[in-house]
Amino acid sequence: MAEKLDKVDVVIVGSGWAGGTAAAELSKKGYEVVCLERGKDHSTEDFIGAKDELKYSRRIEMFQDLSKETLTIRNDIDEVATPHRSNETNSINGTDTGGSGVHWNGQIYRWLPTDFELRSKTIEKYGEDIIPEDMTMQDWGITYDEIEPYYDKFEETIGVSGEQDPLRPEMSRPFPNPPMKETATMALFKEATEAMGYHPYHMASANMSEKYENPDGETINACMYCAFCEQYGCDFGAKADPIVTVLSTARRHDNFELRNNSYVVRILHEDGRATGVRYVDTQTGEEYDQPADLVVVGGFTFTNTRLLLLSEIGKPYDPEANTGVVGKNITTHAANLTHLRVRGFFDEEKFNRYAGAGALGATMDDFNLEQLDHTELDFLHGFLIRSTQLGSRPITHNHVPEGVPTWGQEFKEKSLFYTHRNLDIQQQNGVLGWRYNYMDLDPTYKDVFGDPLLRVTYKFHDQDRNIVRYAHQKSKEILEEMGADHITVPEITDETEFGHNSLGDHTAGGVIMGDDPETSAVNNYSQMWDMENVFVLGASSFPHNSSSNPTNTVGALAYRATEGMIEYLENDGGLLVDPSKE
Amino acid sequence: MSDNNKKTNESIEKDQNFDPSRRRFLKNTGMVIGGVAGGSVLGGLLINQDKSDTATTDKNKQGAASPTEARMFFTRYEDFVVLEQTTERIYPEDDNGPGAIGLGVPYFIDKQLAGKWGVNAADYRQGPFLDSDPTVDMSSLTRGEIFILGLRKINEESQKRFDATFAEIEVEQQDEVLTDFANGDVDMKGIGSNRFFDLLRSATLEGAYSDPMYGGNRNMEGWKMKEFPGAVASYADIIDDKEFVKMDPVSLTDYQQKS
Ligand SMILES: Cc1cc2nc3c(=O)[nH]c(=O)nc-3n(C[C@H](O)[C@H](O)[C@H](O)COP(=O)(O)OP(=O)(O)OC[C@H]3O[C@@H](n4cnc5c(N)ncnc54)[C@H](O)[C@@H]3O)c2cc1C
Ligand code: SF4
Repeated sequence: MAEKLDKVDVVIVGSGWAGGTAAAELSKKGYEVVCLERGKDHSTEDFIGAKDELKYSRRIEMFQDLSKETLTIRNDIDEVATPHRSNETNSINGTDTGGSGVHWNGQIYRWLPTDFELRSKTIEKYGEDIIPEDMTMQDWGITYDEIEPYYDKFEETIGVSGEQDPLRPEMSRPFPNPPMKETATMALFKEATEAMGYHPYHMASANMSEKYENPDGETINACMYCAFCEQYGCDFGAKADPIVTVLSTARRHDNFELRNNSYVVRILHEDGRATGVRYVDTQTGEEYDQPADLVVVGGFTFTNTRLLLLSEIGKPYDPEANTGVVGKNITTHAANLTHLRVRGFFDEEKFNRYAGAGALGATMDDFNLEQLDHTELDFLHGFLIRSTQLGSRPITHNHVPEGVPTWGQEFKEKSLFYTHRNLDIQQQNGVLGWRYNYMDLDPTYKDVFGDPLLRVTYKFHDQDRNIVRYAHQKSKEILEEMGADHITVPEITDETEFGHNSLGDHTAGGVIMGDDPETSAVNNYSQMWDMENVFVLGASSFPHNSSSNPTNTVGALAYRATEGMIEYLENDGGLLVDPSKE
Repeated sequence: MSDNNKKTNESIEKDQNFDPSRRRFLKNTGMVIGGVAGGSVLGGLLINQDKSDTATTDKNKQGAASPTEARMFFTRYEDFVVLEQTTERIYPEDDNGPGAIGLGVPYFIDKQLAGKWGVNAADYRQGPFLDSDPTVDMSSLTRGEIFILGLRKINEESQKRFDATFAEIEVEQQDEVLTDFANGDVDMKGIGSNRFFDLLRSATLEGAYSDPMYGGNRNMEGWKMKEFPGAVASYADIIDDKEFVKMDPVSLTDYQQKS
């Protein structure tokens, strides 16, 4: 029997950017808030002296404990799914206080105006026939102009360092911090792409170019370019993460409590209203019920979808009948497709590639969604291109030109020679939803508590392969202009398929946003249509994945959602948006 | 963007002069020890013989063996010898500097396998294991089991083809065997030989380039070859430098706070 605890105003599942942002805003307002985090507590003191590639980049220390829970994966609806067993092949999910926001890079982009109205704008420009059968392209039920103030707010909270992208809409005010420093390879990238007539700019960053105090009074220090950033916690408090920003703000209030080692297993509900959540204390094995007026779910795409399915909230998506919503439209920047890189090797030049920061780079939008004419192309959406300098750590970075063996004498020689003489061009493309790409509960495999794992069914389509092939050609041309002596372009065949190493940390969907309860699970306040006191935050609400990184949009929508929650609590309930039917 | 350190260019030329005879000498020593130890009750005595050979056989072992260099995971010396020989072929000693043995890679791998990595403690391990050609991570075998199976299979293949253990055969023959493993052409139980080889290869690089506290990258020689400065607090002063800046590496022993 679960022990019943005292009721609070709000219970939040997860302490990442999504849950943390809600925690800060609701705590400031005086609500009694409990945030349940399955992982352990940690903070900047734990990250001092953590410059250990084996532990963090190879043994993947900071990611979800898969011995407790994982996902199962298959391509087709008639296949048996098998579990994703190890973080070493593919690390997806954060855990511990602050979630993935602690060991993220901090690369910041807003999404494009067209993203939010993708279906209507696509039809307006090209006609409905351009959308392939079974592509489940949807509008978000919100416009760029509506979300802009929330982007601004999140960017101020995390102290974004950057400059205006010449091809995106003018921001209502500049980023709070100037851009970061420019490395030799960034300068080379900018020079080459400018010569080609493109519009490169300094990638926006949540690593601080200067010491910064955010509007909540939280200080973020200046970045040291220490090169242990992606997959690492920052030992200088120089990377905006939930611990040094939103959670720190929440913790200033006695009405906030963060409870670690608390694994949420159900959202409890009665008569169509959530009454709280059930969780297991992973250190004692005890079960607790935490009652609350409002339940906020910020456990990332997979937990968000799975908790709703396990708790029987919302209509599960059924791809065959094409009904229901929970589990629909999973999209990812796949490690073995979107995130493949074109690499250039330089025989004469040598760069300080060992140095870097998680969000240090130059980028451009000349091939992004709004710049392309899709009548001429065999794909929809578009891609960004960038050249980053994150710090080439030695176990991971042993790149050699094509034709060089991958072990032995020549490999050793060449991998040493090219260590500081290679760089990659990364493209990142928009990924669209498909009818048979979805999530449901697995019939066979269970987690440590005996509950079914979440099952991912996902297949690549020609769209996915074509856009990446095209992007790789453009990347190759840039590397040629930059003067690379050898260029490797990853091979993408028609057989290149989604697999156990594909799911990326940018995985979206499952609890998607829209203005019609028939086709979406939440409204544009992230409030569930089917249970008005449940708000589901995070990339789970994205109907598709844009070409840009997700977190600025996660943060912006979390700010909007908390405005909705406060309105909901102050006005004794109700849906915040009238459901519309198309 | 000139190169302040011309060493690497030079060593590419020297590459051609690489002399495999030293390698063969090492291996021949292995033949004596490995061959006898295989079935001899006098195995214990041979440990001493090995030690007395050390100075002449392995110039990278500087002074007496470190007290942390004893086998935790590998109970059979003959398995460990195959580990030594294979990692050295994957990452050989050359003019750039030491190979896997000189860097302590075999002991690094032994230590890794003795810990939670060797038993896949951080992984999801519930069955059924259904994949027909599982990767290492998807296999029902633990990493420790895969290492033992793979290394013994290498000796078995070597015996079959050349009537000698892996440590006894010529480097060209060793490379031939390893190439077949790398290509997945050798039948192994429960795991593709290419999967095992990938694991061996990546563990070798981990041992060459991880912080020396793990037992590999001895004296930071791996990082010196790689021109990797290790644990450095700040590159803020050089990050926008257009010239290559060479730095002496720092390990966590010196970086972390100590009482
Ligand atoms: C290595 C890496 C680099 C990245 N780089 C970038 C980048 O440069 N730019 C960018 O925009 N994005 C980046 N991302 C993505 C970014 O980190 C995520 O978009 C963001 O952190 C998501 O925030 P979230 O709060 O929705 O989810 P999370 O950060 O995943 O937080 C969810 C929290 O919920 C907890 N939780 C989950 N299930 C339960 C449960 N059942 N009970 C209790 N607690 C639970 C988890 O432990 C976790 O702490 C990166 C991600 C990774 C992993
Ligand atoms: S690169 Fe900058 S932000 Fe990233 S961990 Fe190092 S100091 Fe922190």
